[in-house]
Amino acid sequence: MAPAQVERRHRSPYSPALGLRFLLLAGLSILFLVIDHRNNHLDAVRKAIGATVYPLRVVVDAPVSLWRWVVDTTASRNELRLENSRLNVERLLTRARLQRYAALEAENTRLRTMLEATARVRDRARVAEIMSVSSNPFRHVLVVDKGTRDGVFDGQALIDADGIVGQIIEAGVLSSQGLLISDPDHALPVEVNRNGLRTIAVGTGEFDRLVLPFLPNNADIREGDLLVTSGLGGAFPAGYPVAIVNSVIRIPQEPFAAVSAQPSAALNQVREIMLIWSAIDQAPDEAAAADAPESVAGGEATDE
Amino acid sequence: MSRNRHVRPQSVIISMIVALMLAIAPMPGWADAFRPDWVTLTLIYWAMNLPRSYSVGWAWIIGLILDVAQGTLLGQYALALSLVIYVTVTFHLQMRQFPALQLSVTVFGLLALYQFILFWINGVAGVNTPAVSYWGPVLTGSLIWPLLTMLYGGVRDRARN
Repeated sequence: MAPAQVERRHRSPYSPALGLRFLLLAGLSILFLVIDHRNNHLDAVRKAIGATVYPLRVVVDAPVSLWRWVVDTTASRNELRLENSRLNVERLLTRARLQRYAALEAENTRLRTMLEATARVRDRARVAEIMSVSSNPFRHVLVVDKGTRDGVFDGQALIDADGIVGQIIEAGVLSSQGLLISDPDHALPVEVNRNGLRTIAVGTGEFDRLVLPFLPNNADIREGDLLVTSGLGGAFPAGYPVAIVNSVIRIPQEPFAAVSAQPSAALNQVREIMLIWSAIDQAPDEAAAADAPESVAGGEATDE
Repeated sequence: MSRNRHVRPQSVIISMIVALMLAIAPMPGWADAFRPDWVTLTLIYWAMNLPRSYSVGWAWIIGLILDVAQGTLLGQYALALSLVIYVTVTFHLQMRQFPALQLSVTVFGLLALYQFILFWINGVAGVNTPAVSYWGPVLTGSLIWPLLTMLYGGVRDRARN
């Protein structure tokens, strides 16, 4: 039973060494917390530790990837034919819509030249796969499988087929972390598509709800209004759909109305998302741009 | 406690890697709120049984890895884990003598302490979170603890031979 005899290599846990070690580590943690909360001086430490987490993520992701591979390879011919015809129909519809869009874009450019405004330019997009989402319910963070090696940068916008998903907060070498717009810490500048009313959409910690806390009671906003990025914050390119207003409650005795909106993107269901390079940001290379779906026009945003 | 003399470090390290993977594995939203703190439980187990080898230093490093993996402030999990392990190591002799039920209650207390530190740091850092959501992992964690001790006990006994 005598502890000294059993594990004699190490010091006894009763010696002041344990308390001292704990105090030292606790102090170091608090120092880290303060520095990390104030600014980003610890990015190098984060990146170094992140590199060790990457293999774990790959392993954790393996069963899901394997399952998808099995489903893909065993899909019957009939299913594939059905899917093919469905996709063909969808493609036709999209093309038809694109034609109209091309005409509109030309018209827009013409009008803008007449107004001597800066011409809007196409953004470039690249598809990335989500490797994991944060298990912490208070932190809506996801990890994508593209990093600085692919030209990803901090602050880059993430979209899916339906709208804005979030932005990159930490670009690693092989993978990057993105913050979803539903994170309680996230806010983005939006405007009402109908009348150009500008405001801020703030995350709530729920995947299907954003709030617009800074709208006065007499603001011209109603249920069903589409919110799009205004591009004013500099982080997001302008003109991408963000959310649809689903409840407006005007409280006479309060200065601001209680407005909430449902994000257009299915934030907790997406598997593939797109990284956006605005024209001003350097796209990684032409090849990347070529294999990316030629994306929606929009941004005059700058890299933040 | 001479039964702990020869646990191979590989077993401990593998158990910690598995715990980390369980902590970052994607889960549906409703299950996420009740995900047990695998890493905390694993660290408590090894700190209780091998306090001289796996103590606050380990807890701190694993905590930093968790911080990066979860995208929280650097040092949040590190502080919470090293405090919990400090308490565990301080009382490890008593805890070894506890009957199973009492030990589970103790683990419940340790997990609650852990979540409280996380809650506290979130509050200070201005991350607003509903307090009730911290209890899910504490409950499932202390319920799963007896199973975990059986599993790790098996690992330990096999590793000894």
